[in-house]
Amino acid sequence: MIEFTFWDILRNLVFATRWTLLLSIVAFAGGAAVGLLILFARISKRPWLRRFGAGYIALFQGTPLLMQLFLMFFGLPMLGFRIEPWTAAALGLTFYASAYLAEIWRGGVEALPRGQWDAGASLGLHYLQELRLVILPQAFAITRPPVVGFLVQLIKSTALTSIIGFEELLRTANAINNATFEPFTVYGLVAVIFFVLCYPLTQYARMLERRTPAH
Amino acid sequence: MGYSLDFGWLNGAMGAIAHGAAMTLLLIACTTVLGILISVLLAAARRSRYDLLSKAVATYVEVIRNTPFLVQLFFIFFGLPSIGIRLDPVIAAILAMTLNMAAYTTEIVGAGLDAVPKGQSEAALALGLKQRQVFIKIILPQALKVIFPALTSQVVIMMLESAVVSQIAVRELAHEADLLQARTFRSFETYLVVTMIYLGLSMAIRRFLVAGGRRVLGAGVS
Repeated sequence: MIEFTFWDILRNLVFATRWTLLLSIVAFAGGAAVGLLILFARISKRPWLRRFGAGYIALFQGTPLLMQLFLMFFGLPMLGFRIEPWTAAALGLTFYASAYLAEIWRGGVEALPRGQWDAGASLGLHYLQELRLVILPQAFAITRPPVVGFLVQLIKSTALTSIIGFEELLRTANAINNATFEPFTVYGLVAVIFFVLCYPLTQYARMLERRTPAH
Repeated sequence: MGYSLDFGWLNGAMGAIAHGAAMTLLLIACTTVLGILISVLLAAARRSRYDLLSKAVATYVEVIRNTPFLVQLFFIFFGLPSIGIRLDPVIAAILAMTLNMAAYTTEIVGAGLDAVPKGQSEAALALGLKQRQVFIKIILPQALKVIFPALTSQVVIMMLESAVVSQIAVRELAHEADLLQARTFRSFETYLVVTMIYLGLSMAIRRFLVAGGRRVLGAGVS
């Protein structure tokens, strides 16, 4: 048994939080990029693309993230890629986030009155211009509260990557716990750190929600 | 490259998978019933005249909603024994899931209660019903109808999150998958099959709840 003071434990946990943050940022950026593609498929004029988008979203929203991470971690090596926990974690969370973001944004696009599309068309804009100049900016603006809300969910989800061996906050906590046998303190502190990361975002989402007019 | 999928092991594994799925369903059934009952009480407490009670409920909801379920589970299963509370893994899983579920459904139920017009309770009180009767017979049924879709989604989300209770050795679906892949060395196929079973379960639970909701709360429930 190693002697750890309370401050040693706290310092190590806070230090490990940088990986939680980095993974959250990478997954959010990746999820936004892939999610945009899925959104295009989901609202496309081609029925088979729409069905693909709907199926993709249903698949990722209808299965546990833990299983998605396991499939990523065990599936890619079979295709001949050596995969580090970090890559599996980032890819797994990216796909997971993309499905949720695409679905949130689709809700925003569908909330816009039909007239917005018609007005764009009457100005002579073609489909992509309409999306880029008229539809998407408005859809992004009205869906800001749920997107910030989802970011909280994503940060919390990074804890699951400890199970496939990614060395973030919770995995560091498990290691410290094995050395100190102080689970009450260690997991209590992990909860506090996650709370400090997530609560301001939750409040921000609430503030945005109050500010966004009902439509 | 050159890997070929092999599902031959499935023959001998159906029993274990069925057992795991049954455990997952049992966990979510307990959690749904307990979680929603508790959240009705909490939502009422949140709206009570007692400031301290209302604040305590609000704090509980915020703490649960802003920390990962897996951390809550570890805190309960590994943390509580150090202050003398030792729980069986299944009990710890149900406790963690219920506490988590209740926090989310407290917000949902609360939104439903707020959505029922004030005139409804005034009318019922004017007819001579007692406060408790008004809540149970007039307000709650109307609120439940409004929030039914949100409750259904929350149940499905919780069922999917329950996969992580495999980490404290509860023998539910994800844990059976862990055991199977260790025995068959077919990890990709095992997780593929089990993931598809989860997909089937989440679709089935949604259908089941919507059909049940229509029966109990009347048409118009989606």
